[in-house]
Order: sequence, then structure tokens, then C-alpha cells
Amino acid sequence: MTVEHLCFSYPCGRKILEDISFHADAGECLAVLGNNGAGKSTLLKCLSHILRPQSGQVLVDGRDILSLSLGELAREAALMAQSAPSTRLTVYDTLLLGRKPYMKWGVSQHDRAVVGDILRQLELEPFAMRYLDQLSGGERQKILLARALVQEPKLLLLDEPTSSLDLKNQYEVLGLVRRFCRERHITAVLVIHDLNLALRFCDRFLFLHSGRVLAFGGPEAVTPANIRAVYGMDAAVERVRGVPVVIPALER
Amino acid sequence: MNHPSLRQQAPEAYARHQGRRAAFLLVLAAALVCAVLVSLWCGSYETPLPELVRGVFGRAGDKSVNTVVRNLRLPRICTALLGGAGLGISGCVLQSVLRNPLASASTLGISQGASFGAAFAIIVLGAGLQSGSSASGAMSFTAPVTISVCAFVCSMAVSLVILALSRLRAITPEAMVLAGVALSSLFSGASTLLQYFADDVQLSSIVFWTFGDLGRTSWREVRIMAAVILAAAAVFLLNRWNYNALESGEHTAVSLGVHVVRLRLWNVLLCSLVCSVVVAYVGVINFIGLVAPHLVRRVVGGNYCWLLPGSALMGALLLLLGDLAARQLLAPVVLPIGAITSFLGAPLFLYMLFKGRDRL
Repeated sequence: MTVEHLCFSYPCGRKILEDISFHADAGECLAVLGNNGAGKSTLLKCLSHILRPQSGQVLVDGRDILSLSLGELAREAALMAQSAPSTRLTVYDTLLLGRKPYMKWGVSQHDRAVVGDILRQLELEPFAMRYLDQLSGGERQKILLARALVQEPKLLLLDEPTSSLDLKNQYEVLGLVRRFCRERHITAVLVIHDLNLALRFCDRFLFLHSGRVLAFGGPEAVTPANIRAVYGMDAAVERVRGVPVVIPALER
Repeated sequence: MNHPSLRQQAPEAYARHQGRRAAFLLVLAAALVCAVLVSLWCGSYETPLPELVRGVFGRAGDKSVNTVVRNLRLPRICTALLGGAGLGISGCVLQSVLRNPLASASTLGISQGASFGAAFAIIVLGAGLQSGSSASGAMSFTAPVTISVCAFVCSMAVSLVILALSRLRAITPEAMVLAGVALSSLFSGASTLLQYFADDVQLSSIVFWTFGDLGRTSWREVRIMAAVILAAAAVFLLNRWNYNALESGEHTAVSLGVHVVRLRLWNVLLCSLVCSVVVAYVGVINFIGLVAPHLVRRVVGGNYCWLLPGSALMGALLLLLGDLAARQLLAPVVLPIGAITSFLGAPLFLYMLFKGRDRL
């Protein structure tokens, strides 16, 4: 996946994203990092056609997905929202919804097979007939991931997928995201606030500041200088038992 | 990985789950058939049921049974079925596309628009009641077509204004509902002003029209209603997974390939068309469009594959039962159907709301 010179501004003229370019390979997880208002969510909305960027290209397998129709895009890119609304749809129906981009008149045998497969692989079968509003936040988040996977996308967009989860569920959900992206050669783009979670699970890091790319690269891009530039805060990056960890400094 | 039993588990459970929902729809349909038969049987003209059923096909031994059934009772029953189903299913769709559990024909100002149209026809165009009619007997307007046309035009005008506003400024569904409420009050005010200058006969004509009456339609009107409602229902059913997608939030729906704005515009237009046709021919019937989808949702959950047909069946059943009650409670006086559906529907609704959740 390659993003080239993406620009977006609202009709009133305010520029939100300017000349955004980055690249990630299939199977990689890319963390979009930045302070509040840096344009992270706008970037995700541009990638999922909720907003239309004024210029730029988003190439997935050499195809510009910005020129696709909504239906075509839905087969290329899946969006996993911050949290699932607690509706009275069963888990199975929610997963079938992920087959929506492929449906013509109704649910096919193949659609059911795909849903059954994902349910099994995510070990969600005991929940299949439960309603979403009967599940905990962590369980719902796994259902959202399952629905996105049912879409069989090449690109998985995640908007702060762990912001409402406890410690165990944060690691579990992100672990599943990474596992499935590796297995199925899906590129994941995550908007995430927790730098340590990002360091733990992501391969590439995109720092946004005021709608521009401040830094882009592997774990080596997570430096005290970049963190200071983005968040305006001093922090040390150290290795603890081989794991890079960001330790923010307290105010002096 | 290869546990055939495990592999079958979820689909089988799902089939059972779906089966229970299908069974609920069958029960609703059976109740509807019973209600139709009872409705056929009730009336001033007492005849055994088999004879009445033969009368439906024009094969009753007694010629007058044929006439009563085919010209009086059947059009009334069909009107109740079509009107109820139309109001129920469009209420269900409006609640989905406007993301608002209170959305219905009256929140969009359709009922108020229709009332204004009828008042305009009666007062300005002189299409009022014929003198000499009374509350117990058959009432007739001097120009029922004029009233229906005016009611239809005004109620459609309200929804077109709302849609034009939303097209012009890409407003949110909440703003659409609020615009509907504003236009409702505008038209209620206009109706009140018209009524202020009306004489007694005109005033009672307006009040009588607003009550609603399922007996105003003949086969011609039933055919028009059937064409509009069946066509709209087909479109709604084709969109069932779009409504399911919308249930998960607008952004998610877009990411699943749903043109949310386009879906909302066309569906609000179609719902307005259905409600306007029903209200123009039958009068203001408020509660069905709101209650029917919620009652069905309580039982089958939020999947529109079941909610849409369920709301149509439930709407038809409620309106038919309401009509039965209206005709039988104080027979031979026929009570106003609009009041009856609200009067009997509200307690039922409250009961279901506070009883807790019972799911299939």
C-alpha cells in the first residue's frame, strides 16, 4: 500500500492534511501517531471514502482505491470503528454484515462459510447467537475485528481500536489484528494514542503534526525528538527486556 | 481446525434462530388471517362465515351477500391491511434512515400537512360534508377526490421541503427531524387559522376528516394504494442489509459500501409517498407507524430482514383490530379509527416497553 501526496481541506478552506505520503507492505501494521487535531482521524476517513481528498493517490496492489466506487472500495478496505454500538443485532448477523459488499440479493452459502470460518478462527462460536448489547466492550471489539476480516479486505483501517479496552483486551485485540494481518497479507493502518502499544504491535510509524508528516519509518522513528515535536513533551525511549518502551518525563 | 461438528455448530444454531423469527412472522400472519375473517363476519348483516368467504369470490348463494362483501366489507378490510402495512413498514424504514426511534409520518409533518390540505379543500374549495349526515350513519363528503388530492399534495409538499433543505445544506438526520417538527407546527397553525374562519358545517367536516375512516375507499382507491405500497415495500426489502449496516453507525455503513446520503433521501421520499397516500385516503392515523416497528423489534431483534415484513404484518394487524374495535365497541356507532389506534395502541406500547425484554 502506497499513499502519495494526499491533501484534504474542508470546503471552508481550512487545510487538514497536506502532502501526506507513506508506504506499508502487505502484512504490516502501520501506526498513525500524533497529537489531538493533527489529522489522524481525517486521514483514516479519507482512506475509507467517508471524506473525499482533493488530491493524491492511495495505491493498493497498484490500484488507486480513491477512484473506486463505495461498493468496490468496501471489498478492498475495511474500517474498524472505535467501538461497536450496542445494537440488538446478533453476532452472527453482524458478521454477515461484513459480507454486504459481496451481496447481490441476499446471503449466499459462501457468505455463511466465510463467517463460520472467521467465527472459528477467532474462537467466537460460543457468542454467535448473542446480541451485541449483551457483550462486554472487549468482546464487542473482537466482533468488530471479525466483521472487518469477513469483508476479506487488503487494507484494514482501525480508529483507536483499544481506547475503551482494559489491559488484557488491548493486548488480545491488537495481537489478533497483527496475527491476521500477517496470515492474510492485510495491511493495517491504526490510529492509536498509546505509544507503547504501538511499539509493541506495529512495524511502521507515521508521526503527523498539524496535518503534515513529521516523521515516518520503523521503530527507530520513535525518538525522544519526534515525541517532543508532536506531543510537546519530553520522553525517554528505552529497552526493557528487549522491548522498546516510551517513558514520558514528569513536569519539572 | 477440522472439527466437522464444530464447523456445523454455528450455522445450525443460526438456522434455529432464524426459524424462530420465521415462526413469529407466521404467527402474525395467522393472526392477521383470523382478524380478516372476524372483520368479514362482523357487521349489521349477519351471515355464516363459509357463505361470506364464498362471497369474497362472488359465489355466495345470496346475491346480496356478494354485494355486501365485495363492495363494502372487502374494500374496508383491504384498506386496513394496506394502510396498516404501509404505515408500519415506512415507520420502520424512517426510524432506521433517520436514526431516530421517534421518527414516523407525524414527526416528518406528513399528517399535519395532510390535515391542512383537507382543511383547505373543505373550507376554500367547498368540499365539505353533505348536510343531513350523522355520526352513526354513512358520512360522505361532496368532493372526496378533491380532499384526497389536496391532502396528498400538502403532505408531499412538507416532505419535499424537508428533502430540499437536506439536499441544499447536507443536514444531519436530527436536523431533518427538527425541520419536520417545525413544518408540522407551521401547518397546524395554518389549519387552525383556516378553521377560525370556517362555519359550523365546515368545521365538523374537518374534524370528521381528521378522525380517519377506513370506509372512504372504493376499489379504485384500494388499487392505487396497493400499487404504491407494494412497489415501496419491494424497494424497502431490497435495502434490508443497508438498514442493518446503518444500524452499526454511519461511518461503518459507508465503509461497507452504503451510500448513506442517497439511501436517506430516496427512502424518506418513498416513505413520505406511502404515508401521504394512506393519510390522503384514510385520514390521520398516527400511532401505527411508531408502534408497529417497536413491538416487532422487541421480539425479533434489530435485523431488518425480519423487522421489515414483521412491521408490515404488525401494522396491518393493529389497524384491522383497531377498525374492529371502532366498529364493535359502541355498535352501531363507528368510532373514529385514528383515535382508537392511539387509545388502544398507547397502553399496549407502554406495557411492552416496561415489561422488559422478551426475545426469541
